[in-house]
Amino acid sequence: MTNIKKKNKNTLLEKEKKLGLILLLPTILIVFSVVIFPLLANFWISFKPVSLGDLRPPKLIVKERIKGKLSNKNQLAEIQYSYRNSSIKYDLENVIIKDTIPNGFTVKDLHPAQFCKIKLKELTCNLNNVSSRSSGKIIIKIHKNDQWQKELDNPKKTKPLVTFSSKNVLTSFEFNTENFKKVFSASEFFEVLKVSFYYTIFGTAGALLVGLLAAQILQKSFRGRSIVRGLLLFPYVSPVIAVAFAWVILFDPFSGIVNSMLVQMNVIDKPINFFGQKYTDIIIFGYVFKFPLALSMVIAFEIWRYFPLSFLFILARMQSFPEEVYDAAKIDGASPLQQFYYISLPFLIGIMSILFLLRFIWTFNKFDDIFLLTGGNAGTRTFTVNVYEQAFAISNLGAGAAVAVVIFIFLLTFSLFFMRYSKKETF
Amino acid sequence: MFWKYGLFFSILSGGIWGIFWQIFFTVVGILTLGTPLSLELSQIMIIGPLAGILYIKSQKFLSIKFHLTAIIVITFLIFVSHLGNPYQAEDENRLIIFMLTLLTSFFIWVSLNHSLYNLSPGKLSKHDIESFFIKFMWGIGLIILILITLIPFYIMIMTSLKNQQSLILNPLDLSVNLNTDFKTLFNSYIELFTNFNFHLFLINSFIVSCTTVIITLFFSIPGAYALARLRIPNKKIFSGTVILIYLIPSIVLIIPLYAVFSYIGLRNSLFGLILVYPATTIPVALYMLRGYFSALSSEIDDAALMDGLSRIQIILKIAIPLSKPAIVSVGLYVFMIAWNEFLIAFMFLDDPSIFTLSRGIMSLNSSEIPQQHLMAGAVIATIPVMIIFLYLEKFLISGLSAGGVKG
Repeated sequence: MTNIKKKNKNTLLEKEKKLGLILLLPTILIVFSVVIFPLLANFWISFKPVSLGDLRPPKLIVKERIKGKLSNKNQLAEIQYSYRNSSIKYDLENVIIKDTIPNGFTVKDLHPAQFCKIKLKELTCNLNNVSSRSSGKIIIKIHKNDQWQKELDNPKKTKPLVTFSSKNVLTSFEFNTENFKKVFSASEFFEVLKVSFYYTIFGTAGALLVGLLAAQILQKSFRGRSIVRGLLLFPYVSPVIAVAFAWVILFDPFSGIVNSMLVQMNVIDKPINFFGQKYTDIIIFGYVFKFPLALSMVIAFEIWRYFPLSFLFILARMQSFPEEVYDAAKIDGASPLQQFYYISLPFLIGIMSILFLLRFIWTFNKFDDIFLLTGGNAGTRTFTVNVYEQAFAISNLGAGAAVAVVIFIFLLTFSLFFMRYSKKETF
Repeated sequence: MFWKYGLFFSILSGGIWGIFWQIFFTVVGILTLGTPLSLELSQIMIIGPLAGILYIKSQKFLSIKFHLTAIIVITFLIFVSHLGNPYQAEDENRLIIFMLTLLTSFFIWVSLNHSLYNLSPGKLSKHDIESFFIKFMWGIGLIILILITLIPFYIMIMTSLKNQQSLILNPLDLSVNLNTDFKTLFNSYIELFTNFNFHLFLINSFIVSCTTVIITLFFSIPGAYALARLRIPNKKIFSGTVILIYLIPSIVLIIPLYAVFSYIGLRNSLFGLILVYPATTIPVALYMLRGYFSALSSEIDDAALMDGLSRIQIILKIAIPLSKPAIVSVGLYVFMIAWNEFLIAFMFLDDPSIFTLSRGIMSLNSSEIPQQHLMAGAVIATIPVMIIFLYLEKFLISGLSAGGVKG
């Protein structure tokens, strides 16, 4: 009896397992093919000297032409195949051109004879190697035979078939560490590292602080609070391209409102190129500081765009506070600041550290914002922008992939740290 | 100590509010008149504190009549201290200048009424001082927060309604002449829809985003249910991997995706986008929905199993109807991600007839195309998201707070 029960349970469990895997399978497949596979491919590419041009596979271009017009009088004609290797880098190997000669013709002469053969109207040319950028011609002299019919027998009716193999850097097994050497030895590597961390740390911390302030302000109930709460989420929900360009136009040195306003009010004498100037001198008590202007602007944008997120999380956590604790504190004579410092902050510290870590990862990965605001110029090139710069601006895909690997390693370190930390905290 | 007295705080807040509103309305004046106005703060630095003193000294007999009188007195003082011409404006703008001054005084007084309410002029306890500061900072903070959030959007809309000449002539003039007819006012928008194919971009964006939402939900609902309810081996590793994958940014994947999609000829196509987008959103959706499904009580499922429903039927008939709001939230969130996506669309699409909005706006970013077109494009891309947001704010907010650490 117990045996049967156990068996039943087992099959149910088995069934469930099976069903669960079936339900998850499409997800696993899609994620594997569009996330995991590219990730591995990225490692692959990063060890190869691949440039943007290598993405266009080398091709043998073959053109068929007929010389001489066949008519009742004219018996002779020539078929010419001119071929060309389109690649400027790679040789083609085992090149074979095949075509069918229509029944109405007899082949008289073949050139080059050592490569080409005719077998039952079937032309096969084994050209072996066609080196890069080289070209050649195959000439076949034909004359018409009795079966010739004007309408039917056109040699061009069948297209020549071309097969070849070529070396492909993407799929070959040649590896080197040239890309990594290039990335790490470049003088800008430490600059990029520095900028990435400045951007990430100040952007994340700033967004978190503004979010905390906003949550404090919106915690108090007042008329129109829900409208204001909605308004504050605008920067986050709108398309990045729209708000980034709005900022660019707002701070434009020629027709931007901020600049003309500042000039108008005599705060500055010349317009400032906020997103294009690496440093600006700030004089405090006679000391001249070099203030990284463009980077600060990009950080300001990051804070502006992402504070709503921290705000939303912190507000949600604050609204779940037990009200009685505050009442008790008030009775004990705690001042508002004390209430904030001794009650709210300890409550919030958990969610805030989780938010900091997660946002840290996301800010480190941020590409769109900087790319749209400055294009990575004026001292704002982070790792992510560097991927684009190397891969698509300098068209060295390999170097770009190497930078992406560096990002991934950072990301992995951060995430492991996050996983370990978030286990302790309730999220 | 003088700084422990209410009177000191009334002077302080009067001064700060005065400066704040003076700057604010000077800027407003410049933007509405489009003519230079000068910003002079020395007068308001005296009038503001005076208003503060007036408020705190007369707290016992505050009435609407008194409020009105006070505002008029402040306005009068501002005019007199500037010798009748605050902002150094031209004569023809007298009326607007008067309105601005009146508004300045009104807001100074309202602000004082908020931050000094019930504050005694005498010696204050530590508690009172802190309460005052918090109230004061609250007011200033709220206003600054709203302004900073909205200014870029304001600029976006106003710039899109201007024409090239007036923008170059006077970048400060953001006033919109409502007397102009519809065609000149919305010229940039008409231009975008007739000459720049924006109707196509709009349709493309909708197709891509909606398909992404459908595919994402189709695969993530069963997947999330399986993770939440079924006994699968190594479930924890699965869940962990989902979160990890969801942290991988597209910039790390873009090079191989670009290479492979170029090779197989899918790069310059909407189909290619529809293949990539769900892969980036499914992990998020899975993560969010798993949370919702776990929160549903599993007794219903057990009861349904007893009644002979299969797991698939349970998903269709019980889990989905019960978590409809959650599914709407997730759907909206995914829609927003797909609609706003920039990098992949930018890298993949070359052919202008299949541009999405993000890609289309990027193509407007050249020195040959006037700024107001760019801004009109930005408005067009923002409006659908805003409409969804305003109508379904509740859902979107819960979507954001469930999975919103991404982005």
